[in-house]
Amino acid sequence: MDHETLQAIWLTLQLATATTLVLLTVATPLAWWLSQTQSPWRAPVGALVTLPLVLPPSVLGFYLLVVMGPQGPLGQMTQALGWGVLSFSFTGLLIGSVIFSLPFAVQPLQHAFEALGPRPMEVAATLRASPLDAFFSVALPQAQSGLITAAILSFAHTVGEFGVVLMIGGNIPGQTRVVSTQIYGHVEAMEYTQAHWLAGGMVLFSFAVLMGLALLKNRHSRVWP
Amino acid sequence: MKHLLLALSTCLLALPGHADTVSVAVAANFTAPMQKITAAFEQETGHRVILAFGSTGRFYAQIKNGAPFEVFLAADDETPAKLEQEGLSIKGSRFTYAVGQLVLWSPQAGMVDAQGQVLKTGRFNKIALADPKLAPYGLAALETMTRLGVQESLRPQWVLGENIAQTYQFISTGNAQLGFVALSQVLNDSRMAQGSAWVIPEQLHTPIRQDALLLRKGQNQPAALTLLQYLQSEKARNIIRASGYKI
Repeated sequence: MDHETLQAIWLTLQLATATTLVLLTVATPLAWWLSQTQSPWRAPVGALVTLPLVLPPSVLGFYLLVVMGPQGPLGQMTQALGWGVLSFSFTGLLIGSVIFSLPFAVQPLQHAFEALGPRPMEVAATLRASPLDAFFSVALPQAQSGLITAAILSFAHTVGEFGVVLMIGGNIPGQTRVVSTQIYGHVEAMEYTQAHWLAGGMVLFSFAVLMGLALLKNRHSRVWP
Repeated sequence: MKHLLLALSTCLLALPGHADTVSVAVAANFTAPMQKITAAFEQETGHRVILAFGSTGRFYAQIKNGAPFEVFLAADDETPAKLEQEGLSIKGSRFTYAVGQLVLWSPQAGMVDAQGQVLKTGRFNKIALADPKLAPYGLAALETMTRLGVQESLRPQWVLGENIAQTYQFISTGNAQLGFVALSQVLNDSRMAQGSAWVIPEQLHTPIRQDALLLRKGQNQPAALTLLQYLQSEKARNIIRASGYKI
């Protein structure tokens, strides 16, 4: 395997790991709020979170490019802060990936929280646990399977991300060239052998992830019927 | 199932009037002139033309795997030559329909000077070019920078578009302050739309020859041949020239 390919694989793993960590931090409180709130904002926020699921990556990528650009609101902000423009950088890709995979993290968590019902938290409250304490020691451990599903799906979905990266990445080796764009480059350049190796690896990886997820679900449903 | 499909497609092929529809795969950079040429062609001949726009490399993969295109207008001359060699086209049908012109362009006025000195100063955030591995315009941009001796110094500022259309997008949205695109992209009715540009002199890179050819699927398709002839007519060539190509 050549240097560029290894670089692309390493970058993809870094991006997927960073995206998963950011997503779990952001999505957990968001999913909790969505599962508990009676607020009229619940529907619009829920829809907004799900939007990346239905929007074509080209739409998302194009708007990100505009928003992060020097004239865009985010671009103006990052420039004022002295960070420069984020497009064509790892941070830019990370922002794109987090938005793109948001529903994959929020939805499993939200379903897990909703499945708990109000009982456990009420019991915790009668035992004088503060809401925050109750959340961390009761709700979150019980929603463990949702948390694991969210993490795996975020990771896998980021590895499989293509359109957004292509639009905001600029395909710079070692900085923004990930496996999916590398495969695309091989295909476009008619280097089918290299394309097959990477693409085949991608299929195996994705299959293994989904298979692992299914086995995990089986085990959990046996423990908590 | 296979037999059924075969029978069905034979029926479709035998339908009268089918012979008047031509499917054409067109390199993305040639979108605007091809739409104009097609409109004129359809009006004059009564044939119908179905256009698909995309990258030359992807079209190659699709044609090799049985895509139903009858005519191919590529963005280079290598891919058509390859198709010819592999027997996927009609021998002798290949010709150069346009020669692309490379331009260094910025939407900012005064950013790019008439001699391209800006490349030596490097006073810009990013410079966009199409991936030299994938796009002939990218390769021409690379050759130009090499010829000017700025390839190494500018490399850290490169951003690569997957094709020439995406490269244009990087620049027009301001994410890269300048970059190499096709002259046809920045011309609007034969005039520069906005910003500043330097049309790269021909001697700085190998000519960007764009070849067209009749594919095997268009073998028994008179309308496909008529379209290829029309592409070489003076009327079509005027449209091509006005769009920023040489021919």
